[in-house]
Amino acid sequence: MAGATVGSGSGGAADLLRRLFVRLGILPFLLVIAVIVFSLMSDNFLTGRNLMNVLRQSVYLTIVAVGQMLALLTGGFDLSVGTVLALASVVGALVMASVHAAMPDAVFVAIGLGFLAGVLAGTAVGVANAIGVAYFSVSPFMMSLGMASVGFGIALYLTGGVPVYGMPVEFGDVFGFGVILGVPTPVWVAGLLILFLWILLYRTPYGRYFYAVGGNAKAARLSGIDVRGTLFATYILCAALAATAGMLLTARLDTGEANIGASMPLESIAACVIAGVSLRGGIGRLENVVLGALFIGLVQNGMNLARIESYLQTVVLGALLILAVVADQVRLRYVASAKN
Amino acid sequence: MVASVPLLATRNLTKDYPGVRALDGVDFDLRAGEVHALLGENGAGKSTLISMLSGAAAPSAGHIERDGQAVAFSSVHDARDRGVSAVFQEFSLIPQMTVEENMFLGAEHRRGIFLDRAEMRRETERILSELAFDLKPGRKVRDMSRAEQQMVEIAKAFRSELSVLILDEPTASLTSHEAEQLFRLADDLTTRGVGIIYITHRMEEIFRIGDRITVLRDGRYVDTVGIDEADEDRLVELMTGSGVGATFPAGAAAASGQEEILRLDGVSTHGGGARDVSLSIRRGEIIGLAGLVGSGKSEAMRAAFGALPISAGRVFYKGEEVTGRSPGDAIGNGFLYLPADRREEGLLMVRPVRENMSLASLGGERFRRGIFVDRAWERRVVAETSECLNLSPNRPEMTVDRLSGGNQQKVMLARSLICDIDLVILDEPTVGVDVGTRHAIYRFIVDLAEGGAAVVIVSSDLSEILNLADRAYVFHRGHIQAEFCGGDLTEENVLARFFGKESA
Repeated sequence: MAGATVGSGSGGAADLLRRLFVRLGILPFLLVIAVIVFSLMSDNFLTGRNLMNVLRQSVYLTIVAVGQMLALLTGGFDLSVGTVLALASVVGALVMASVHAAMPDAVFVAIGLGFLAGVLAGTAVGVANAIGVAYFSVSPFMMSLGMASVGFGIALYLTGGVPVYGMPVEFGDVFGFGVILGVPTPVWVAGLLILFLWILLYRTPYGRYFYAVGGNAKAARLSGIDVRGTLFATYILCAALAATAGMLLTARLDTGEANIGASMPLESIAACVIAGVSLRGGIGRLENVVLGALFIGLVQNGMNLARIESYLQTVVLGALLILAVVADQVRLRYVASAKN
Repeated sequence: MVASVPLLATRNLTKDYPGVRALDGVDFDLRAGEVHALLGENGAGKSTLISMLSGAAAPSAGHIERDGQAVAFSSVHDARDRGVSAVFQEFSLIPQMTVEENMFLGAEHRRGIFLDRAEMRRETERILSELAFDLKPGRKVRDMSRAEQQMVEIAKAFRSELSVLILDEPTASLTSHEAEQLFRLADDLTTRGVGIIYITHRMEEIFRIGDRITVLRDGRYVDTVGIDEADEDRLVELMTGSGVGATFPAGAAAASGQEEILRLDGVSTHGGGARDVSLSIRRGEIIGLAGLVGSGKSEAMRAAFGALPISAGRVFYKGEEVTGRSPGDAIGNGFLYLPADRREEGLLMVRPVRENMSLASLGGERFRRGIFVDRAWERRVVAETSECLNLSPNRPEMTVDRLSGGNQQKVMLARSLICDIDLVILDEPTVGVDVGTRHAIYRFIVDLAEGGAAVVIVSSDLSEILNLADRAYVFHRGHIQAEFCGGDLTEENVLARFFGKESA
């Protein structure tokens, strides 16, 4: 909608908006609109307490979205992130619970082993994706769609569809509800992961290679870049991030669940696209993706405060994703016409 | 042959895009039965002009006249219905469809709601035989060579009564034999009264088939000259607004006796692109690889670089066997290959100039501090290199897709300045590049060789090889046909081997 209104005008203000749109994309407009609308609908929306809530709730999506961004940057995507979350949660919880049952005193050994097992289980899905995409040239769509089904099936099979209980309480206390220096633990974890990724992407050659492979894989290869290796790393990193998010969410829920993460593929891709990551690869900034994920969290929180039914919330999310893609197309058209 | 009313004319034709006037008040006319060449550097407005003549874009001011009547083409289809058809560099063919299906795409003959396949087959055969094109109507376009695809594109123009044909760099990817075929077709069409607008960067083609030449510069009309009054220097002067001087810089002296840097011993590639190729290149040399498109010259070099699998033979680089190593290894050891198709294989179009220039060098020590990219160094090197190559606009953070073709080529060539290079292979370094930039690229090649690197020019443009190379190999059907150096490196000698003739 922002794209349409901006496009029609030709006055000074409209022209300014249009240039802002071409430079920054649709996210700033959506953020401003969302903040205005929700603060009008609910007095509690713009309070420090609520915004901290948004931050805490958005952590899981943010971590998954920055992983998804890597897949999009290289010109693919990962539809299996939801499954990775679920599989990590189930395996992590099972291992943690059984170690805890065997050695009730060694609480942190249980937590450490469980966390590690969960992340490794989720990452295994990424390894499968990586092998398929990098070495057998399966399209990322088919590969990750297939793995989504495989992983989900395994998670259900392991648990019989029943939530896994029996993890030490300390796990939830620290990683789910813990607060360090006034900031929730999951936010710390997300912050560190984002910092790590930012350094990788913008300060090392390897980061440049993700963009190069997505920008033009043939050119990247002729420039001496290990295209397969880069793709391989992409899907493993993406899954490892999603698996970490899965463990953090498990800590919050206090149970291992096979049914979490179902909305993650859509929401993570939406966060990236809204943030201006190109579906054709090679374009997108990490900072913006973090903002994109926070924006989706903000919208969900605002809709909750405004008592919009959860079924309708799904409709809004889907519509936002499509709007973002349309806006991207409109923007490309502006860029193209400015070029000629 | 000169008609009193032009077939097609523009009056004060102007096109504005946001922030740029791409075409400014151009008057142009095309007479029946002539080949009218459009000449200008990249960005001079040729593409803009033909996009309006062919109905792909609407003018901002001024108008187009068809047989003396003002017209406004609403679309490419509309223009085609009025007898004006364009064949662009990028074909509008669907690869999965047959010749016949492509020819009638969007204008299918019908009986009721059904396709009239028999009628379309008859019509296709009539057009193909009239044009003397040896094409089967039922063949799929994706199975055809680029020259054949172009024939389909031209045949498509004959679906309706054709009186104006616009050809945009039609020979860019044709072999010289195929190009000759096209010229004969053009001759044939003009005797039938068709007017042809012909765009090319190649001067010899203009002198081969042109009747008049209109030169554009910076979106403005400069002059129209008859072919009799034109010569190459005059045209270059009109295009650039100043004399460029000699197109080719004085070459470096042949560097015989220097250390051998690359040797191929009986190299063949999978699929037979190159067969049993043996050659040797020394430091400081400029080597030309001549031959038709598809003669294997490019494949042999890609195989040496590691970009194409080798089925037999051995490659030695700096005295060490490197058969089957990766491009990454080659670059790490100072051996760089820059491909012919910069859009397809050379550049990251959506990324900035800076990243494109430094891409191949980031693995090297000079660009790193520990595991990190030395960004200050990168910025400095990119700025210096852009300066040295006269990149315009000189903005390192601008994405490459916003540069003109010639400047894109410079960005790609810059890679060989930024790496520590001992051997660089330039595959068709001046395709789609205007005269001014071409001169800069030749200068660049000579400088590289004088700096001690070996430079291999793989080119279908013979004049390039004759004027720059110290030594040349001629390829035919994957084999090396001949090797010439010094005084033997002449047009007659090389051409004699182009088509695979044994020694005369």
